[in-house]
Amino acid sequence: MALLHASPLRVGALSWLVPVRAGLVALAGLVLLLVLVAVDLSVGDFPIPVREVVATLLGGGDAGQRFVVMELRLPQTAVAAGVGAALGLAGALTQTLARNPLASPDILGITEGAALGAVAVVVASGASGYGGGLVAGRLQELGLPVAAFGGSVVTALVLYAFSWRRGLDMQRLVLVGIGLGAALAAATSYLLVNARIQDAASAQVWLSGSLTGRGWEHARPVLVALVVLTPVALLLVRSLNAMLLGDDAARGLGVRLQLTQLGCLVVAVGLTSVSVAAVGPLEFVAFVVPQVALRLTGGSRPPVLASMVAGGVLVVGADLVTRAVLPFALPAGIVTAAIGAPYLIWLLVRTNRGRTA
Amino acid sequence: MSRLRAEGVTVGYGGEPVVRGLSLDVPEGLVTTIVGPNGCGKSTLLRTLARLLRPSSGRVVLDGEPIADVPTREVSRRLALLPQSPSAPDGLLVRDLVGRGRHPHQRWFRQWSPADEEAVEHALLTTDTWALRDRPIDELSGGQRQRVWVAMTLAQDTDLVLLDEPTTFLDLAHQVDVLDLVGRLNRERGRTVAMVLHDLNLAARYSDLVVVMKDGAIVLQGAPRDVFTVDVLDEVFGLRADVLSDPRTGLPVVVPLGSGAPAPARR
Repeated sequence: MALLHASPLRVGALSWLVPVRAGLVALAGLVLLLVLVAVDLSVGDFPIPVREVVATLLGGGDAGQRFVVMELRLPQTAVAAGVGAALGLAGALTQTLARNPLASPDILGITEGAALGAVAVVVASGASGYGGGLVAGRLQELGLPVAAFGGSVVTALVLYAFSWRRGLDMQRLVLVGIGLGAALAAATSYLLVNARIQDAASAQVWLSGSLTGRGWEHARPVLVALVVLTPVALLLVRSLNAMLLGDDAARGLGVRLQLTQLGCLVVAVGLTSVSVAAVGPLEFVAFVVPQVALRLTGGSRPPVLASMVAGGVLVVGADLVTRAVLPFALPAGIVTAAIGAPYLIWLLVRTNRGRTA
Repeated sequence: MSRLRAEGVTVGYGGEPVVRGLSLDVPEGLVTTIVGPNGCGKSTLLRTLARLLRPSSGRVVLDGEPIADVPTREVSRRLALLPQSPSAPDGLLVRDLVGRGRHPHQRWFRQWSPADEEAVEHALLTTDTWALRDRPIDELSGGQRQRVWVAMTLAQDTDLVLLDEPTTFLDLAHQVDVLDLVGRLNRERGRTVAMVLHDLNLAARYSDLVVVMKDGAIVLQGAPRDVFTVDVLDEVFGLRADVLSDPRTGLPVVVPLGSGAPAPARR
């Protein structure tokens, strides 16, 4: 236990503490993720053996295989892996910040904000293809991700403002977030009830979180956000560790509290927004994944890298299940909730002690 | 000469100020204890000295410089604070908690230097928590836990140590345990200590200087035997008590009378 916990790594005057167990879990998860990605790329209407998938990815394969793997399947798999990692990281950050497992972006109403924005565009534009809405054509295609992104950012700003009481009050943040989420969900329902039936059905598909038919235009923003925001998150981890001891103790240790809180929220909201904009709300990923990763790594807060890898595994796995296992196409969001939630409950029962945050 | 002092500070939490125009020098190399009835502003004063609260007027001066102008990290290298009833997340190991005390000395590229390791080892040994180092905090008793927190402030390796009610929720034996430790830090490691205590007898026993507060102001300060008198206890705490003299040390011992007892005996 002690050896697996953390061990120092020193190079000259530089030194790091390597969380050994968390690192091993992340590494094992990464191997699993790569296997799932390879299998995900191989199955479909035009099956390609995994060995040839790998060859194609490395630059081999014939023209047909290249087209199917690189153009048709890889973008969708990349979106799945990227969104999973982004949501896993976002959840790990907010849950650590609030010292509360309930404080994930999908519980705090940030996802609901994105949903309201997206549904408003679908309903206003008649995106079901019957036309006649306020917005039409290219504008609506462009508009949905932008509206989802805007909806979540505005929600986050409101949340931040209402949770402020001589500093950011984390208990208040969770309560305000849950309230905000309920209000936004009600507004979304109102729009759906009043929408034309075709628009409502089309919005419903988006609301379930779907990976189907995602291309590079969906993958790019997610991957760029990950490349930019992951290093920021890693820099914030040390301060987050100190903040687990409470606000006073953290400031006593020289942590710049408000800067760290703001940084964490910006990273989490950024990652959530691009994810929801790309695939719709994938319920439970940001909530469940960090808690599952925490139980696998056994630390005192959700691990950052292991949460990212676990998120990727869950969403790519969900994509694989919807495409290959089920006889009918089910939105991936339903599968992530159906796999993730029972797995967390099983882990809770098995570890048999309530470790939170 | 004191490295830390408050100059006419007025502090509050938005409404009425809790501390009004208060000045205090924390004398170097001594143990200073702030006492006073509930709500008198003891903790508020301590938190202001640690830069956790910003005074609405007046200032706190650290090493001749207004503390508000000193960078956060720099403050935490000179001054450690143990907050009132601190809490750690479940599952956190003792040595990780004590290791957090090194935060002000670390950077992202220097997270665990030999100096960090040495300071943590030393803190664990000094506080007699070495044997607990691989146990989660949540499995420890209250007394053990408090010693671990003191170890964390010790690992921070600062000359100034502020403790906000370090003995709350402990039984008497463990209170004495923690204060013995504080006394050792002061004598053997030359730390300047400022703390808030509730128990007047323990304050008398372990302090060089006692600061008595009431209604956000300092009523008087001085050596324990000059401060704890029948009149002060009555006027400041509204407590009828005898003040006896400890036959071993000559230090004052407060013995509350309760209602119905005859008038206090004057020492």
